[in-house]
Amino acid sequence: MEGDTHKKKLVNRMVRLLQLVVVLLFVVIGSLIFFVNSNSMNSSSKPAEIISATEVVNDGDLDKIENGVHVRTGLLDAEGMMTVVNNCTNCHSAKLITQNRMSAEQWNETIKWMQETQNLWDLGANQEIIVKYLTTNYPYKKKGRRPILTDIDWYDLED
Amino acid sequence: MKRREFIKKAALSSFATVIGTEIVFGSRLMKGVIPLAMQDPDPFALFKKDKGMIVLNDKPWNIEARAHLLDDKVTPNSSMFIRNNGKVPEELVASEWTLTIDGESVKTKKTYTLADLKSKFQHHTYQLAVECGGNGRKEFDPPAKGNQWGVGAIHCASWTGVRLRDLLKDAGIKSDAVYIGFHAADVHLSGDNKKEPISRGCPMSKALQDETILAFKMNGENIPEIHGHPLRLVAGGWPASVSGKWVNRISIRNKVHDGNKMDGKSYRVPCKPVAPGEKVKDEDMCIIESMPVKSLITYPRSGAMLSKGKTLRIRGHAWAGELEVAKMEYSIDFGSTWNTCSIEKPVNRLAWQHFAAEIKFPKIGYYEVWARATDSNGEAQPMILPGWNPKGYLNNSCHRIALKVK
Repeated sequence: MEGDTHKKKLVNRMVRLLQLVVVLLFVVIGSLIFFVNSNSMNSSSKPAEIISATEVVNDGDLDKIENGVHVRTGLLDAEGMMTVVNNCTNCHSAKLITQNRMSAEQWNETIKWMQETQNLWDLGANQEIIVKYLTTNYPYKKKGRRPILTDIDWYDLED
Repeated sequence: MKRREFIKKAALSSFATVIGTEIVFGSRLMKGVIPLAMQDPDPFALFKKDKGMIVLNDKPWNIEARAHLLDDKVTPNSSMFIRNNGKVPEELVASEWTLTIDGESVKTKKTYTLADLKSKFQHHTYQLAVECGGNGRKEFDPPAKGNQWGVGAIHCASWTGVRLRDLLKDAGIKSDAVYIGFHAADVHLSGDNKKEPISRGCPMSKALQDETILAFKMNGENIPEIHGHPLRLVAGGWPASVSGKWVNRISIRNKVHDGNKMDGKSYRVPCKPVAPGEKVKDEDMCIIESMPVKSLITYPRSGAMLSKGKTLRIRGHAWAGELEVAKMEYSIDFGSTWNTCSIEKPVNRLAWQHFAAEIKFPKIGYYEVWARATDSNGEAQPMILPGWNPKGYLNNSCHRIALKVK
């Protein structure tokens, strides 16, 4: 397929660009660190500063919380959230979790099903933490046999 | 260790930057195969979907339409729902694609290239209504596990391909054949290559129908990757999970196909009706075949406000699985009285049918327009939820839109 050659070329180009960007990144970070440290008298603390600075930046990005919501997954920030992030968002999106409002029994059954058919590992003591988080923060709401129409976006119909 | 971690993270963020740059400058990318493997975070651009589509899940991708986006008689790609069970295959090379017919009940196991399929067998084009078995799941109470589909997991596109029947006959069908099962190139969410995300099928009677095709074109063009390029089984009127994407093997079985999502409670409903929330044993669950009668009002969009005295022209589509829609009605008084809509004959068997009506409202105020289709066996859509089932399938309750007359 013609597109396939393009894809390969594209990947090659991207790998080359990537290498360039990584090198540039190191040059920039390196000169920044040199600049910062050249103003400091303590040159022996250089490596420690590099590591701690990157750790803060990256961890901050991955697990940033805004308005009580875990930005990366959309999960509500509450007790047990990171246990859910670490065990339940590797294979599927958190959207699959938050769409569903289930009882503890249903969640436990779902976990069993995932262990039997989807290669989910044994959750051990984390299972209780996960199920408690889900039933507390995403509780089951009664809908009845037919809910009223909600979230209507009213507009003038021009015809 | 930490340094390596840093390099990895830096590399990942740079990669995103590089891809961003390439998309801006790379007209080349648009001509070629979209690199699905890169999992672009903007599904609307990646899959060329209308911005009004609803993303239910991004891993795996599950995206549905809203009723008003389905107004076209033949659904364009931009409004077609996406339902995936696994990861989209990374390598979809049409020139290297093959389809194998095997199984206990095949006379001679045969492998065809895509070119063979296209040159040796007659092409057929059909408009086929394909609806997810779980369309409408979000209304079930007690809730059912899975993607919480609203009304938009239905489409009726035009599919071109070869009849599955012609292929099965070419390979030879033994007299003990009862079912076919498809196998495809998608990848299990866990990454385990011994598992298939989904491998479903249908009885021989459905497999041998004129309209059951192996399609290589959708709406006159190559099938978009996300909808099954380069080869998709299309079985209109049945749960969309029978219409396997990225199909590379079809097994003729001497028993009901036992692939993934054929078993347990998947795409099955209780053989006998049960009370909401009742526990049902796996052996008491029966495989869904034809989908029930259903309809959608696609114009106007819910929320329309119109001035008093004005006539409202509504329109939409209705479908009935293996059957035809015989009657179409609407109500503006919560089902107290029903009025007839005009309904067209289907373009071909298993295509959805188009309805229309003109409505005059007696006074100002809030209204709901309800639509109700009746199939050729006299079965109509219920106004409230139909029979509860553990997985939340087959909700064909009538569609409702809200209106105000000022």
